[in-house]
Amino acid sequence: MAAKKLNLRKRYELLTRGMGWDTTYQKMDDVFPYDSFEGIKITDWDKWEDPFRLTMDAYWKFQAEKEKKLYAIIDSFAQNNGQTNLVDASYLSAIKLFITGVTPLEYGAHQGFAFLGRHFRGEGARVACQMQAIDELRHAQTQIHTISHYNKHFTGLHDPFYQFDRVWYLSVPKSFIEDAQSSGPFEFITSISFAFEYVLTNMLFVPFMSGAAYNGDMATTTFGFSAQSDESRHMTLGLEIIKFMLEQHEDNLPIIQRWIDKHFWRAYRLLALVSAMQDYMLTNSPMSWKEAWEIYFVENGGALFEDLGRYGLKMPKHHELATAEADHLSHQVWSVFCALGSATGFHTFEPSDEKMDWLSEKYPDTFDKYYRPRFEHWKKQKKEGTFKYMESLPQLCQVCQIPMVFTEVQTDPMQLSFRSTEFKGDKYNFCSDGCKDIFEHEPEKYTQAWLPVHQIFQGNCGGATIPEVREWYKFAPEDGSDYFDSQDYRRWQEWHGKDEPAKTGSND
Amino acid sequence: MAIIAKDGYVDIVRDKVENFHGNQVVYVSWDDHLLFCAAQAFPLPPQMPFQALVSDVMSSVFNWHDDFEKVNWSQVLWNLDGEAFEPDMAKSLAENGVAHKSLIRFKTPGLTGINGTRI
Repeated sequence: MAAKKLNLRKRYELLTRGMGWDTTYQKMDDVFPYDSFEGIKITDWDKWEDPFRLTMDAYWKFQAEKEKKLYAIIDSFAQNNGQTNLVDASYLSAIKLFITGVTPLEYGAHQGFAFLGRHFRGEGARVACQMQAIDELRHAQTQIHTISHYNKHFTGLHDPFYQFDRVWYLSVPKSFIEDAQSSGPFEFITSISFAFEYVLTNMLFVPFMSGAAYNGDMATTTFGFSAQSDESRHMTLGLEIIKFMLEQHEDNLPIIQRWIDKHFWRAYRLLALVSAMQDYMLTNSPMSWKEAWEIYFVENGGALFEDLGRYGLKMPKHHELATAEADHLSHQVWSVFCALGSATGFHTFEPSDEKMDWLSEKYPDTFDKYYRPRFEHWKKQKKEGTFKYMESLPQLCQVCQIPMVFTEVQTDPMQLSFRSTEFKGDKYNFCSDGCKDIFEHEPEKYTQAWLPVHQIFQGNCGGATIPEVREWYKFAPEDGSDYFDSQDYRRWQEWHGKDEPAKTGSND
Repeated sequence: MAIIAKDGYVDIVRDKVENFHGNQVVYVSWDDHLLFCAAQAFPLPPQMPFQALVSDVMSSVFNWHDDFEKVNWSQVLWNLDGEAFEPDMAKSLAENGVAHKSLIRFKTPGLTGINGTRI
């Protein structure tokens, strides 16, 4: 008698749970040594509800289909010189920051989920993490393939992974992912799947997918779409793991709350870089950082935590400050990049008059009062030929590693925010109470931070001057500084005829 | 807090003062001059006289702002690690209590940035 075809559910069970067993020659605790030291209590892994019933064979089929479509579009983009359809070459600063700052995060997430795919005791969770590990690898790979086309025509895209381990502003994403990767498996998944992918992922997707589409970048739009269906699976996993841990044991709640507080703040600080891309680096911004924050965090995030309130979970600590900072964040971050423009691997530029008016409209309470004057000052200096980049180095936060540019937005927006503490006789400095809290909970972890400015002072980065350090970063001479003095700008003008004024024209 | 790590942590304090070849890190921030987006960091010998910090180190960086040449140094208000203090210009950083990774803030009465914007 021919075997009856199994129904999907049965087939799924056999291909996930059915593949696992309890070991007898070795103790289970020795086989799975990483899933207990964090203090999370799991009484019954069988209660794990798979958020998506996808078997490995079906997974491969779906993903192969996505790849085929994606690469067909990327090929045609390359053959048709798609790069010439961008709105302006200055837009590529955002893509340069993306490939150097975000793509290596995808790879780090791949490593992290591969680890979880081995070390979670429950088979269902292991299979879900294995799939996500492959997704993340695919995202890194497709981003590299897509952006490699731009690398043929534009500067600053040539050594993203080498630079990720060295460059001062890339230590921000690097320290973020390494913080998660050096945690236990439950903290890692809370950080990446919940705090980042569930709560905050839209803050990254808006500038990159809608932003790319708004600026004629069909290549980035395409990989964004290809990744999006994976992302919805990832978000579901993020929510499931939180609910699962909370339902397993009441002792898990305070641990999870602390992780959510910590990784919300870590991820939010990382996204400060994205806020600058969204408001300043995109020639045309689909929405402002503040608008995105209101919709995706205040409204959607608020509703999510209201729902999770039945487990006793509260909104992440310091979320009020993050919301108050929405009026200031992008302006503060873009200012530091403009001031240190000779030390960046992408081009900086003051906003055009048109862009400044857009910023005034989107930030009526803050832009004209606090931020417009500094951009106008630099613009005037550039016109007069008196502008110089800063050559000294900024103080960095011990935890998020961002230059300490944030201010006391709730009391005095023109006063820098300084926090500090002492540990074993040394001083440590922080940009915010959020970062200070994280340090004080695990000081032994953060005293190890590789702070780029201090590493330069210790003589570990090729020299003491900006040109020496740039060389050590493998920044080519034409990679940084002002867009209007750049090879990218000159090339763009040649392609489009020299009479056409650049859209971002600031030297007008 | 208790350490939460499977095998503990390797005891690394990456920014011990010994790692800076005889220098210590000093941060300096000019209040009401946000053209400097953050405090500036300097590796300096602890024996450096405070006067040298002002005339050699700070002047080479803070002159980026037009207000710098107008500073009346006798009126400057100083703050060290969150406390008001009056440095002895002839004494060294260490003798003035400036430690490794200390933050020095200075306020210049009457000078409040470009057109009084605190920038």
